[in-house]
Amino acid sequence: MELILALAIGVLTGSGIWLLLRPRTFQVIMGLSILSYAVNLLLFAIGQLKADAVPVIAADAAKAAGDYADPVPQALVLTAIVIGFAMTALFLVVLMASRGLTGTDHVDGRKDTDL
Amino acid sequence: MSGWQQHLIVLPILVPFVAAAALVPMDETRRRSKAAIGLLSVLLQLAGALYWVVAADRVDGAAPAAVYLLADWDAPVAISLALDRLTAVMLLLNALLACAALIFAVAKWDRVGVHFHVLFQLLLMGINGAFLTNDLFNLFVFFEVMLAASYGLLLHGSGRLRVKAGLHYIAINLVASSIFLIGVALMYSASGTLNMADMARKLAGLGDADRQLFETGAAVLAVAFLIKSAVWPLNFWLPGSYGAAVAPVSAIFAIMTKVGFYVLLRLWLLVFGDAAGASGSFGAPWLVGLGLATLTYAIFGMLAATNFKRFAGFSVIASAGTLLTAIPLGGSSGTAAALYYLLASTLAVAAFYLLVDLLERIRDYSASLLAVTIESFEAQGMILPEESEVGVAIPAAMAFLALAFGLCLLVLSGLPPLAGFVGKFALLVSALGSEAGQFMQYAVWLFVVLLVVAGFAATLTLTRLGIQLFWVPERHKKPLLRLAEAGPVAALIGLVVLLTLAAGPVLGYLQRAADALHAPAAYIDGVLGAQPKTSGEGRP
Repeated sequence: MELILALAIGVLTGSGIWLLLRPRTFQVIMGLSILSYAVNLLLFAIGQLKADAVPVIAADAAKAAGDYADPVPQALVLTAIVIGFAMTALFLVVLMASRGLTGTDHVDGRKDTDL
Repeated sequence: MSGWQQHLIVLPILVPFVAAAALVPMDETRRRSKAAIGLLSVLLQLAGALYWVVAADRVDGAAPAAVYLLADWDAPVAISLALDRLTAVMLLLNALLACAALIFAVAKWDRVGVHFHVLFQLLLMGINGAFLTNDLFNLFVFFEVMLAASYGLLLHGSGRLRVKAGLHYIAINLVASSIFLIGVALMYSASGTLNMADMARKLAGLGDADRQLFETGAAVLAVAFLIKSAVWPLNFWLPGSYGAAVAPVSAIFAIMTKVGFYVLLRLWLLVFGDAAGASGSFGAPWLVGLGLATLTYAIFGMLAATNFKRFAGFSVIASAGTLLTAIPLGGSSGTAAALYYLLASTLAVAAFYLLVDLLERIRDYSASLLAVTIESFEAQGMILPEESEVGVAIPAAMAFLALAFGLCLLVLSGLPPLAGFVGKFALLVSALGSEAGQFMQYAVWLFVVLLVVAGFAATLTLTRLGIQLFWVPERHKKPLLRLAEAGPVAALIGLVVLLTLAAGPVLGYLQRAADALHAPAAYIDGVLGAQPKTSGEGRP
């Protein structure tokens, strides 16, 4: 499971960065989204991967601390998702405004045909 | 600290937040009430910051003056706010800039777009929160609040240039946010805590593998802050985007790069101080090297600048480079000098951004640009209240502009007798007096040379640009200054003069702040030793 997750994070980060460096604003926003998925997965992974472990401690259950999942990364990833979502929406608005003002979706607003 | 006073520490966050919430439902046509709420909010923040500057100094030694456990959880678990002298000074600086920028904006600029006041208050909330918080993830949240508001403010007034600059600025900051999160994730997985003070305490006890993971995380996190504090080669976005923003927004943006510096200073001295064992002074050569590179880049940028706004952008970069280099150099007296330089340069750059707006107005073409902005805004169907553009012509307005320009030149280039010189001189003295290894010795000498050359470059460029503006009288329009526009510029410059006159007490205060930063044990004990106010059965 660790290997699959690590590969997933790596592939997502790689594709995110590649898209980020493209000259079209749509590719940039896709790159940013994919990069933020990779970061969210990484945040999730720092709590260690465990199956069947609950984050909320029950009052009566006599389990050791290691039997519970770490709740902090889950809270972090939730916050990160919300913020990332809002920022992507905001970037989308600016992207549309730029498209409207310059008539092109090049990041610098240039109308180059050789890109 | 007991009773209601213990809650005063959340006010720098709550006041702008409540003000922003009150401003959201208000219609754009109710300009006066919006401006009144905004002004009330910044004045309250200023009063609060003044209170804390005094209160923070009443504490003996290095302990934080106030620690606030949110939701009253126990110390390492709770998200805690902590306030010491450094925080208080930064809060005060932010409130002062906010007052000046807001008064300036009310005179004209808040009308070229919608929701200026809401975004402005949210920006202040984010900045104040970043100064106060002691939790790394909470810091991320406040950074995002600050950045989200800054995106809106940068686009304020719209137009092709601003949207283009905004697009670049947002993309870069979104990447920086991702890097921020990666760094936080690695540091958490190594240390098991997000509380900065707790992190500092745990670092010395970490095993080798965890320590390396922690250092990796810290380095990744530092990249995020280096982007935000505009350090070469991560700063190419700054001159363009700051120059594209309207003047009062650029003025308040002057402190945003300082937020990055503040966090680097706080975290580095707290976590990688002498108590960190094998990780002590981690990354110091990098900070110095990047700082010197930034300073070099800024020198070339300043020399190449062909207009005031671009010059101002590069002088922000120059001060970022100077401050970054000073973090590991010169010990606590170096830090005190750097903080003094920070106060002087931030105030001066903010004053300069406002002043440039007035200066550009005596040229014909820029006045017509403004008219176009307002017209296009009206064409979109927004109703703007009728108000005469003609203010009271202050006698000798031209003399005021020239005098203000001259004073800004003195501070930005670090010429005597104003605060810029005092700050640079104190930095040079402490850097030369520091005991350092071979590499650092070279760095110190390079720092001295670059600092002097940067002052020379600033003088040269400002003189050149000033001659082009002031000494070609036939191109001038008669300057019309309104008190609301000239006042903030005069006030900011007055503050710099005050900083010069009171250099002794201010440097003494900052020295105590720096001593506390360099002996973080008391700070760590203060934060981790905070007791919840309620206890026993009622606790969650």
